[in-house]
Amino acid sequence: MKKQEAKSLRAFVIELAIYSVLVTVYFFLVLHLLGEWLYHLEAQHRYTYAVVALLLIAGQAVALDAVTTLLFRLLRGRWR
Amino acid sequence: MFFPISNTHINPIYLVVVGFVIGILGGFFGVGGSFIAGPALRLMGVDWNYAVGTDLAHIVGKSIVAARQHRTLGNVDFKLGLYMALGTIAGAECGAQLIQALKRAGNVNSVVSYVAISVYFSISAFMLWESRKTLQSGRGRSQSGLVKGAESKKDRSAFSPVTRNIQRLKIWPMITLPTSGIRISLWTILLVAFVGGVFSGFLGGGAGYIRMPSMVYVLGIPTHLAVGTDLFEIVISASYGTISHAIKGNVDILIALVMHTGAVIGAQIGAVATQYFAGPKIRLAFVPLPLIGAAIVIYTLMTGHKL
Repeated sequence: MKKQEAKSLRAFVIELAIYSVLVTVYFFLVLHLLGEWLYHLEAQHRYTYAVVALLLIAGQAVALDAVTTLLFRLLRGRWR
Repeated sequence: MFFPISNTHINPIYLVVVGFVIGILGGFFGVGGSFIAGPALRLMGVDWNYAVGTDLAHIVGKSIVAARQHRTLGNVDFKLGLYMALGTIAGAECGAQLIQALKRAGNVNSVVSYVAISVYFSISAFMLWESRKTLQSGRGRSQSGLVKGAESKKDRSAFSPVTRNIQRLKIWPMITLPTSGIRISLWTILLVAFVGGVFSGFLGGGAGYIRMPSMVYVLGIPTHLAVGTDLFEIVISASYGTISHAIKGNVDILIALVMHTGAVIGAQIGAVATQYFAGPKIRLAFVPLPLIGAAIVIYTLMTGHKL
């Protein structure tokens, strides 16, 4: 049981490390590119900005959830 | 990192950590965590209007992840969630109108503060009494009114006799909820959702601290299902709130996106953790949350300093 818990913890720590790298890349690439465009959209086209904002947060939720689930599944399979 | 929409400089690691903490709370208790996110953003110099609107956008993302996790665990009653979303949106509009009326009367801050303190303390006191009584009774009585199909999520509560009487109210139309295992009047569901919505519009955030206990004690939904269904319902109502606030210029989506990267991991941990705790223990652990909200409001009242 303890061995199983240790494996799960190790898989989780590795997942967290890989996820941190991905998130850092995400900050510098995606947000940097989107920042200026979203700023102008918010200032000039409020209704479009509202829809885009909702789509972005929902899209990011689904994408990151899929990434973390996939990472966790791969790592658990590898350590089993 | 500079966020041009709200014109603020915030360390992204701070946002990720705040998101992570709120994610755990959301996944475990089914709450939006606005009582932490709002003050946390305010501490970094984000204006209140942006703090409220951005928090709502972040709640949408976090609740999608947590609700997906709860769905895989069989903790979401979609039918109930959709009915509740209708009541919540209507209630949120009424709560917002109430705020506008108080603004015109010129006493919005004091009234909202005193109402918030009373509500937060009442919820904590009641849940402390109920969960401790249920845990002490130890007789393992199942929650009232459960029909076949909800056996795996069976829960027990010291408040069961009152819940049973509420479920006996036969006001047409009666709704059967196979996932939650209850049959109840649609009006009861709408009323619970409406009250939650009023608090959401009046006090801000998703008002999960009202809705989750109401679903357990008034509707008789097992705690695990109440947490998952509340999150699903929050996705719909917070999306509505995000659109509304974004049109008014109160949402910095870049901040919400950064916060959300931490919340994804937190929400998954919180959702999985619910499997290891019984309903009364989850409710007992919930007790400090409204007290944190009350402490923040008391602090702002006493010092005059808005967090």
